[in-house]
Amino acid sequence: MAQMTMIQAITDALRTELRRDPTVLVFGEDVGHVGGVFRATEGLQKEFGEERVFDTPLAESGIGGLAVGLGVQGFRPVAEIQFIGFIFEVMDSIVAQAARMRYRSGGRYNSPIVFRTPYGAGVKSPELHSDPLEGLLAQTPGIKVVVPSNPYDAKGLLISAIRDNDPVFFVEHLKLYRSIKGEVPEGEYTIPLGKANVVKEGKDVTIITYGAMVHTSLEAAKLIEQERGVSVEVIDLRTIKPLDMETVIASVQKTNRAIVVQEAQRSAGVAAEVIAQINEKAILHLEAPVLRCAPPDTVIAFPQIEDEWVPNAARIVHTLKQVLDF
Amino acid sequence: MANAAVGKDYSVKLQPVEMLKVLSPEGKIINEDMVPDLTDDQLREIMRRMVFTRAWDKRAVSLQRQGRLGFYAPVSGQEASMIASEFATQKEDFICPGYRDMPQLVWHGYPMYQAFLYSRGHQHGGEIPEGVNVLLPQIIIGAQIVQAAGVAMGFKLKKQKNVVVAYTGDGGSSQGDFYEGLNFAGAFNLPVVFIVQNNQYAISTPRSKQTAAETIAQKAIAAGIRGIQVDGMDALAVYKATHDAVERARNGEGPTLIETVTYRFGPHSMSGDDPSKYRTKDEQGEWENIDPLIRMRKYLESKGLWSEEVENQVMEEAKATVNEQIKKAEQTPKMTIEGLIDSMFEVTPPDLEEQKALYAAAKGDK
Repeated sequence: MAQMTMIQAITDALRTELRRDPTVLVFGEDVGHVGGVFRATEGLQKEFGEERVFDTPLAESGIGGLAVGLGVQGFRPVAEIQFIGFIFEVMDSIVAQAARMRYRSGGRYNSPIVFRTPYGAGVKSPELHSDPLEGLLAQTPGIKVVVPSNPYDAKGLLISAIRDNDPVFFVEHLKLYRSIKGEVPEGEYTIPLGKANVVKEGKDVTIITYGAMVHTSLEAAKLIEQERGVSVEVIDLRTIKPLDMETVIASVQKTNRAIVVQEAQRSAGVAAEVIAQINEKAILHLEAPVLRCAPPDTVIAFPQIEDEWVPNAARIVHTLKQVLDF
Repeated sequence: MANAAVGKDYSVKLQPVEMLKVLSPEGKIINEDMVPDLTDDQLREIMRRMVFTRAWDKRAVSLQRQGRLGFYAPVSGQEASMIASEFATQKEDFICPGYRDMPQLVWHGYPMYQAFLYSRGHQHGGEIPEGVNVLLPQIIIGAQIVQAAGVAMGFKLKKQKNVVVAYTGDGGSSQGDFYEGLNFAGAFNLPVVFIVQNNQYAISTPRSKQTAAETIAQKAIAAGIRGIQVDGMDALAVYKATHDAVERARNGEGPTLIETVTYRFGPHSMSGDDPSKYRTKDEQGEWENIDPLIRMRKYLESKGLWSEEVENQVMEEAKATVNEQIKKAEQTPKMTIEGLIDSMFEVTPPDLEEQKALYAAAKGDK
């Protein structure tokens, strides 16, 4: 099996689907000739031609509208929004158009679109490049939201997202693009959307998380296991809409204690939803309230203090202790 | 079906667009009628600022490489377009910049050390001093174009005789916001000048792929406003076009779109862009031959207004200023999470106060 970075795994997924399905199209700003600002689409225009992999004029709203229209025509657009902060320019196409197409047309039309976009703190990018906006999308009815944490998942999830007949917002963490490598099988394989992954088994407390925070949570788990001799379970949600509550509830029923770690701001996000559902489905199994470890409700911190804003292992350990000592 | 080619052609036609030029690449006046009314001191000052900005840009690129600056978008090649246009404004006029337009902000009064702080990701970089009439560099391409209409309407409502100058690029002219801004400005007859610095590439995407329109200047026609294309490597042409547009706007004669045809000599930004992947060395060389500094230098030298000695002095002055300003930026106290939380609202609401306490508690627990 090949060792790949996440960006290579993403290119591999796109290539696999472009080869398999002639209706798959890849487009966005700078994705064609130079293969994207992060080289996620490198070599694809050369292999599949300018009709299937192409640069668009600089207009996110145009990219979104093009995707919706092509979806109506039976194509499977994979539209790249160059950085997550630019989605505000294309929110109408994502939230008001793509996400409602099936509902509005009674199933006559659908939007089999993947909107791919990088995001994430830790690389000190300028403002509106790294904002954790996944919760905003997760609150949108009619759209699925996927956040891979490693190269293997990124490829399998992206292939599933492309094959899905409904719109998927696929969020790629900037810090993970090249910082980790992993084994990625060649050719086709899928990881189902809406299925979480228990990345580490444990029995005393559960950390529910996703994206880059999976790695920080694993680090925190190791620290507290050494310090306290407890055993920590870590769940990578992988898809934050729809949520795999079955896996979460099974874990909480075993450990009776849980925290949710997210890179996004504290309020009204994925953590709040996970906790609400734990309360609904497993309240009698809990030995302590389920707590959140998340940044404060500010705009993502200016690069200079980005690292202090994002949860680190020490803050996750602090939150775990509150739950363990309750 | 009827043959579409038969009968009179009723389609809308555009007259060919002629580019305004004043100086030849050799620094000779080629358009006497359009030579702007500038004193010798003003001519020298435009040149001084261009030379200063070139030296500052060079130094900024190396500071970025050393990790002393964060995001940086190089400006070399665009000095005439940037500096001569800003020079046509008054201090009370308002600048709405794109992300590359730091030089116009600084020449309009924004302190250079704050530009460096902004690049370094420090909040104080964005605290525009009182009396400096600029917005922060806009990251969302085109957002400043619609906002410029609002700032301009504000001047009009307050009966102030001031003008807004908004900048974007050839890529920016594709955004919906661009059309909306032009259209609003026309519909409300607002005192605003839109400058599209057409530097030929939106990151890697060439102008030819950006629009089927032959020029960006002609996009003014659809909005019912005045449009002009100028040689963006010619400081006198840029000054003339901007000055006339700004004064018309000031007199209530409406908005103008100016397309400055220019080139960025460097990469899109210092964050990994490699221009050799999308443009040839020959093409770069052709543009470097018509460097805006060369023709202005030759013109001023022919008038006895400039010399190598003066130019060297300006470059030394620029280097010293940049060194002093980067030190000032580096010595600015570090931001805090508490301060960030308090900067969200006029009065920090109780839920954020609670989050501040949560943050402090987690921090104290080592």
